[in-house]
Amino acid sequence: MTTVADKKPDLHDAAAKAGRSDRARSEARLGWLLAGPAFVVMLAVTLYPILQAFYDSLFNFRLTAPDDKSWTGLTNYSVVLTDPLFWQALGVTVFITVTTVIVELLLGFGLALVMHRAITQLRGLLRTAILVPYGIITVVSAFAWFYAFDINSGYINHWFDWVPGISPDLNWFAQQGTSLFVIIMSEIWKTTPFISLLLLAGLSQVPTELEEAAEVDGATWWQRLTRVVLPNMKAAIMVAVLFRALDAFRIFDNVFIMTNGANGTEVLSLLAYRTSIGRLEIGLGSAISVLLFLCVILICWVAVKLFKVDLAGGARGAG
Amino acid sequence: MKQLSTRAKWAWALITIFVLAYALFPIVSIFATSFKLPSQLNLGLFWPKTWTFVNYEEILAPGGSAQTLFLSSLRNSIGICLIATGIAVVLATLAAYAIARLDFPGKRLVLLTALGVSIFPVISIVTPLFNLWRNIGLYDTWLGLIIPYLSLTLPISIWTLAAFFRQIPWELEQAAQVDGATTWQAFRKAIVPLAAPGVFTTALIAFFIAWNDFVYGISLTSTDRARPVPAALAFFTGASQFEEPTGSISAAAIIVTIPVVILVLLFQRQIVSGLTQGAVKG
Repeated sequence: MTTVADKKPDLHDAAAKAGRSDRARSEARLGWLLAGPAFVVMLAVTLYPILQAFYDSLFNFRLTAPDDKSWTGLTNYSVVLTDPLFWQALGVTVFITVTTVIVELLLGFGLALVMHRAITQLRGLLRTAILVPYGIITVVSAFAWFYAFDINSGYINHWFDWVPGISPDLNWFAQQGTSLFVIIMSEIWKTTPFISLLLLAGLSQVPTELEEAAEVDGATWWQRLTRVVLPNMKAAIMVAVLFRALDAFRIFDNVFIMTNGANGTEVLSLLAYRTSIGRLEIGLGSAISVLLFLCVILICWVAVKLFKVDLAGGARGAG
Repeated sequence: MKQLSTRAKWAWALITIFVLAYALFPIVSIFATSFKLPSQLNLGLFWPKTWTFVNYEEILAPGGSAQTLFLSSLRNSIGICLIATGIAVVLATLAAYAIARLDFPGKRLVLLTALGVSIFPVISIVTPLFNLWRNIGLYDTWLGLIIPYLSLTLPISIWTLAAFFRQIPWELEQAAQVDGATTWQAFRKAIVPLAAPGVFTTALIAFFIAWNDFVYGISLTSTDRARPVPAALAFFTGASQFEEPTGSISAAAIIVTIPVVILVLLFQRQIVSGLTQGAVKG
């Protein structure tokens, strides 16, 4: 091949190159013609609003007095960042994120193992059951858990009155700790199936020969899990954790339905919602929105730089 | 398949019971609540003392206290989610075809943008849209929800479909053409039957995500005109001002949950493969 090219370099090579780049150009054109509309729509529904939010956040802007809109620079940010309510909401959001991700990772891995190993007769049933919470509306899940624990319509207090601290008079939604407990339970129930499906995908990529070899060598079940399976699905675990963490960080539905942010259960999304939609403080609300967006970027950055999560794995696979 | 020992059989029976209890408990719980008489809600019992359809009458029968609110929200949810899913699947099919079959600069950029959009905090989009929609008259309209719903349905559709399309043996198309089929025949007879299940599964997953939305629904609507079901549930009121809407909310929750359970029962295999393939690839 190279020798042929060496012998008649000029014409043939140039023609081939021209042909290739012509083809490449028309393929690129067709590619963008097909992918372009989706790309533009995605930018239009996210990039434009976040830029608009950043712009609005630089103004003192209330919809109750739209004519008084005035430039204030970064004042909105200093107002938000010096408000203890913001830091409390951030703290609660981080607490919910960390707790749910840890519990869901363990529970989700257990469920993934069950789905992966299930005997054929049970596989369909188990997968169907695990998928049900995934399909349920979060608001429905929130109401289901709320009514179960609620002091009036609930039955949990009666079921568990033998547990110290639980009595028929316990109002779960009257203080921070117990409210967050129920909120987190609902969040975990609803979203564990998603994380467990991501982990299932990782599990099925672990080569079976490796596991069998370890078994032949006399490794126990636990050794096979920690030495063979887990190291081989590290990438899948990292992606699952990152996706879930980012999803948990924008928690809104469960808190809105159960406490609406009362008793120290305010989270960032709810704070942004109540500032802009509730109190019509577009300037301040936009500042919170931008800060929330920056938090998400920061989480991504930490995951990619520090933990080397290969988010673009799929994109590379496409090449 | 090796014969299971008695111990393994018991273990699988226990595991199955545990998984079923985990997955179904909250649903059975709200199911039970939906059949309780409003006067018997506070007995602290799991199952109703007297089974009643009164809560379902409140949301479905003419003259029920939440009938207009519920039925119009159901219509809005179905319409808006179907349209948002349809648009997303069409755009994503084109994009995923390009990603799977063509080599063009910026392919990675399209996939990474989809990834970025899917992790975008929804509430950050709501504030500017709320203001803009009020100015241009899209506030509280179907279109005003369909557009932001694309930010939920489009990215996952692109990822899932790209994963599906990469597995299609596209050589079949050429093989059919060699055998004398026209380009269109080759595409229709060889490729469409292979691609259709992927497109259908993607539509299902995208629909679930749109159906689940609460943030857009509650922020960008104010009346029956466009308010979807999850937002409407938060606006239910009791038959009288002294009554909690517990029963009617539970009944409405069960009605919107039944289709989900049926779809999951029918298409469990497809949904699992769609979600796992689209998620971690590479």
